[in-house]
Amino acid sequence: MNAPEKVALEDALVIAGREYRSRLLVGTGKYRDFDETRRAIEASGAEIVTVAIRRTNIGQNAGEPSLLDVLPPSRYTILPNTAGCYTAQDAVRTLRLARELLDGHALVKLEVLGDQQSLYPNMPETLAAAGTLVAEGFQVMAYCNDDPILAKQLEEIGCVAVMPLASLIGSGMGILNPWNLQIIIDRVKVPVLVDAGIGTASDAAIAMELGCDGVLMNTAIAKARDPVRMARAMKAAVEAGRDAFLAGRMAKKPYEAAASSPTTGLIEKAR
Amino acid sequence: MPVRVHVNGAPRDFAAAPTFEEMLAELELAGRRIAVERNGEIVPRSRFADTRLADGDRIEVVVAVGGG
Repeated sequence: MNAPEKVALEDALVIAGREYRSRLLVGTGKYRDFDETRRAIEASGAEIVTVAIRRTNIGQNAGEPSLLDVLPPSRYTILPNTAGCYTAQDAVRTLRLARELLDGHALVKLEVLGDQQSLYPNMPETLAAAGTLVAEGFQVMAYCNDDPILAKQLEEIGCVAVMPLASLIGSGMGILNPWNLQIIIDRVKVPVLVDAGIGTASDAAIAMELGCDGVLMNTAIAKARDPVRMARAMKAAVEAGRDAFLAGRMAKKPYEAAASSPTTGLIEKAR
Repeated sequence: MPVRVHVNGAPRDFAAAPTFEEMLAELELAGRRIAVERNGEIVPRSRFADTRLADGDRIEVVVAVGGG
């Protein structure tokens, strides 16, 4: 899986020169256990899965399987994140550790948070960290505010994807500002993925209909009553939204009805 | 000479400065998929056998866990 695909895929998502069939990226947090994690992620069809980097427990559970046994890097593109980091320095340290952990793997998700209540991105720190990471050879996918100017700056720094929020992380509030996302999609050339705030399948479909290149979610699947079924729903929604975007929707005609059936050849009206 | 280091925030005492390989074996982490940082700098896996801890080192040992 680590070598680039030889055969060009139809409508592939291309990130840092590598092609993916699935436009749904999923997190691996908040599941009941590893078995549920594995089944939900299989059902989602995702090829890119995020992981967090944390201190290991010492002297406990020495023989237990690890997440990377359940989601082997040979099968999935592992996307280490910097969740929980509030400074550029901590985010950079975390991703250097991740690169060592994953044998030199360069594709990473940068998120530098502003405060613990909103988990809103701290964009000055995010921009600083992105600059350092790009200079060190990382391929940075950056979680960001839905601000077109900042998204463009992340692209100019050299990020391989920008990932604006739809609404707050873990809120399930859906897409609160489709207009901003639309401006970002129109202006930024690297892939734009909506990250954070998706609540249900229609939210993912709307993101894709706007023209997003992909969607990243975790809680919407993990905290559904039936995560495996929701993972399946999200897969279908992302595919449906992408197809609708490519198909090109009909024009909206707010004050004008137009019959779908022929207006001629009706039977004689009752007298 | 005895050394005290901090591993993931907790103090650890050794009778003599161990290599990283020896320390990880003692902590039952040998062979696990981990990454190690000393005082903010990565210690590559390839250097575990020939790099020794020093008194006062602050060590972080991390793994991949579920996250979004």
